[in-house]
Amino acid sequence: MSEERQIQLEVLRYNPETDSQPRFQTYTVPCVNEWVVLDALNYVKENLDPTLSYRWSCHMAVCGSCGYMINGEPKLGCKAFIHEYGDHIRVEPLAHFPIERDLVTVVEDFIAKLASVKPYLIPKEDKPISAGEFKQTPAELMKFKQYTLCINCMLCYAACPQYGLVPEFLGPAAISMAHRYNQDSRDGGRDQRQEVVASDEGVWECSFVGACSEVCPKHVDPAGALQQVKVASTIDWYKEHLMPWVKK
Amino acid sequence: MAKSNKPIFWGLFAAGGTVTAFVTPALVLITLFAAMRFSPDLFTYEVLHAFAANWLGKLIIFGVILVSLWHAAHRLRVTVHDFGVRADTLVAYVVYGIAGLGTFVTIVYLLRI
Repeated sequence: MSEERQIQLEVLRYNPETDSQPRFQTYTVPCVNEWVVLDALNYVKENLDPTLSYRWSCHMAVCGSCGYMINGEPKLGCKAFIHEYGDHIRVEPLAHFPIERDLVTVVEDFIAKLASVKPYLIPKEDKPISAGEFKQTPAELMKFKQYTLCINCMLCYAACPQYGLVPEFLGPAAISMAHRYNQDSRDGGRDQRQEVVASDEGVWECSFVGACSEVCPKHVDPAGALQQVKVASTIDWYKEHLMPWVKK
Repeated sequence: MAKSNKPIFWGLFAAGGTVTAFVTPALVLITLFAAMRFSPDLFTYEVLHAFAANWLGKLIIFGVILVSLWHAAHRLRVTVHDFGVRADTLVAYVVYGIAGLGTFVTIVYLLRI
């Protein structure tokens, strides 16, 4: 049987048209332990306060829309179970992003960074459809499969202290996504991606705090990807500077 | 966007991390043996001196000290940054300066053996 309990849901509110600064508003929400924080937000929206704004869509950790700071930690609202928390839960918009309204953040910076690493297959050679498919062995697939699980939820950007300090930093998810395509046996676009990834604001801004991998809801392990990118970029550097006669 | 030159330092840092992970525990153990006045024939002054006098021995000692120093320097630089000191360029000059000086002193002393 589900146990019903009451929680105090403290939500950050901000309306740029009427508020000079963000404020907190607390709602009393009757809920059952099986609920997630997103259910509690939906209860508020439907029953208590229809003006509350927040993003969500799939309710099953696939779409990556419902990332919030829950009791100060970046979490997906749909994966944060009420039973893991006490009777007071504080929900804020993802850290390090400007607030658009209430829990909705401005994410253009991340979208631009993601696009800058060309997160799509750039085939080594053009192949007519008649030449058949690009074949890949299971071992080749395993090299990058983990990185395909990223849902662009931006929890890693909210967790990364380095992104908070240096907003120009390309960041965990974008670099992991570049790594995902670089590792793909069908891809030939690494040189193009390295122009962005191997710059100062690229992978080299990372100081290996590792918080990105701790908060990742899909176990992508961005910190691991960044370390691999650092090793590969270092080999590139030594090749370019000490062995310039070696053609790529 | 220009490619970064950080791989110079990061390469030494990564190599140093790997080497020190293996070498430091062994050095701690050997030092502990010495402190407990346990010194098998392999660790006598003459044997270690002969090792350091050989060019291959010199090269190994130099390699270990070089990457360890530069590893420590880069680690300190990042740690200082993590502690909230926002003077990365100055810190980099200081820690890499010390590592550079240590490298130079190592070369001088090894050549004098």
